Amino acid sequence: MKAAFDENLLLQGLAKNDKKAIEVIYKDHYNMIQALVLQNSGTTEDAKDIFQEGILVLYEKVIAGNFELNCQIKTFVYAVCRRLWLKRLMQQNRFTISDGFEEMISVDTESEEHEKKNTEFMIMEKALSGLGEPCKSLLEAFYMQKRSMSDIALGFGYTNAENAKNQKYKCLMRLKKLFFSQYKTELP
Amino acid sequence: MKLLETVERYILGQMSPDERVRFEQLRKSNAEIDQAVVEHTYFLQQMNRFDETRQLKNTLNETHIHLAEKGLIQSPKLKGKAKVVYLYNRYKKVSMIAASIAGITALTISALVWSFNPAKTANQEDVVQLKRDLDNFGKKVIQIQKENRVLTQKIDDAKEENPAPIRYKSGGTGFLIDTKGFIVTNAHVVMDARHIAVQNTTGVDLSAEVVYSDLQRDLAILKITDKSFKSPSSIPYAIRRSGGELAEAIFTLGYPRNDIVYGDGYISSRTGYNGDTLACQIAIPANRGNSGSPILNRNGEVIGIISNKENTVEGAVFAIHSKFIFEALSDLQKDSSYRNLKISTTSSLKGNERMQQVKKIADFVFMVKVD
Repeated sequence: MKAAFDENLLLQGLAKNDKKAIEVIYKDHYNMIQALVLQNSGTTEDAKDIFQEGILVLYEKVIAGNFELNCQIKTFVYAVCRRLWLKRLMQQNRFTISDGFEEMISVDTESEEHEKKNTEFMIMEKALSGLGEPCKSLLEAFYMQKRSMSDIALGFGYTNAENAKNQKYKCLMRLKKLFFSQYKTELP
Repeated sequence: MKLLETVERYILGQMSPDERVRFEQLRKSNAEIDQAVVEHTYFLQQMNRFDETRQLKNTLNETHIHLAEKGLIQSPKLKGKAKVVYLYNRYKKVSMIAASIAGITALTISALVWSFNPAKTANQEDVVQLKRDLDNFGKKVIQIQKENRVLTQKIDDAKEENPAPIRYKSGGTGFLIDTKGFIVTNAHVVMDARHIAVQNTTGVDLSAEVVYSDLQRDLAILKITDKSFKSPSSIPYAIRRSGGELAEAIFTLGYPRNDIVYGDGYISSRTGYNGDTLACQIAIPANRGNSGSPILNRNGEVIGIISNKENTVEGAVFAIHSKFIFEALSDLQKDSSYRNLKISTTSSLKGNERMQQVKKIADFVFMVKVD
């Protein structure tokens, strides 16, 4: 019972991007995934990628709020990473996994959802980088770092907050346009 | 735009109660505005999620490096050999065929280039090497130093006379490639050097010596011999084997003057001066002293080294491909005392903001001073 309690704490930490919790999760599970990937014709670099993606899936699950840990983190991460790696192997037309591990829990919906979120992330990244400076920094400062408009005006050298705000809306319109045009082509 | 502003104020809850009621009515009656609200809510969510995911990715990367350094997770280096052998066995045939094709292609191309290349001896002079001329432009500094020296001598009169300090006349930039104090710079920077000192952001001079120099590729490797040099635990950036792509965004850090200077630009051509395939052309502000500066891409991977610029054309700077660092290194490793030199091929700067990247890199870029 105590273990389950601790794991829930860890998950809460993960949701808050808490370094200590992430370090514990990382330390406890990384070697297992690395072994899985290395045994199945992957490299350490692949292992790192797959493991971090697996943690991302766990994170998405937790912040979505509908996640109840009915198995250990270990089981979940293993199942997800195994699935992700299998998929990547199939994309590269290489052979399939053999670890004698029948799927204990189904992670179909997770991996589908994750794929969608991953695409969304990439589209946003592309849209932001396509925006150019200073638009990109301006929007990041306001919407992500949540800095105040007057603070931003000062930092970017606008004469007053009102000007900065107008510029911000112009940038935002451009970003939305970039984002949604990509969005429609990649996620029909 | 007005609409967007209103919608955003509505979503962020910045409206007065009255305004809010009025807006909600409008929203009910006007489908277009309703759609705008839904769309913008979704978009703000997307931006938030993007930021959170990016932060988490950063944390994960940092955690990985941190744990690997402490040895709490199995270090990737331990597994390196098995992978190489595996890949070697797997792709033996393919690579042999590929190599022979590559060989034939290379021969054909070099034959073609040979026959079409214009004579290049005459106008070699319009390329200047970006060595820093300390004498010309640090005259004031030297004067102050002189005055200082007079003062210190007065103080030290009672003591023994110190040996005259070395006056460094020219120099460039270099950057660390191995934690044991190996620095890459241009061969022309350290040509005919009697004394070499390197200095990083802390401002302390460390003596160094040339352990490898290849004038044709314009690459040199220095080793810091000073006892006061402290090995860093790791190097944040990686050296990339493959070259950069056309139009790829790049940045550089160097010492065109007595303080470190940042510049950014892009790769403008895959070949260097007069079609030189050892180099590529970049668009980046560079001055004397930038010779030997690393060129990094957005992932914090070194893809080249600044070497020289064209005199007659503004903004044409040339850089040596980073893969030659590997070649220089394997030459150097023929000497057994340098066998354990190791270049980092994974960058820990991936996904970081540029400002953080630069902050982390700055300590590993050195001013190279030559007498």
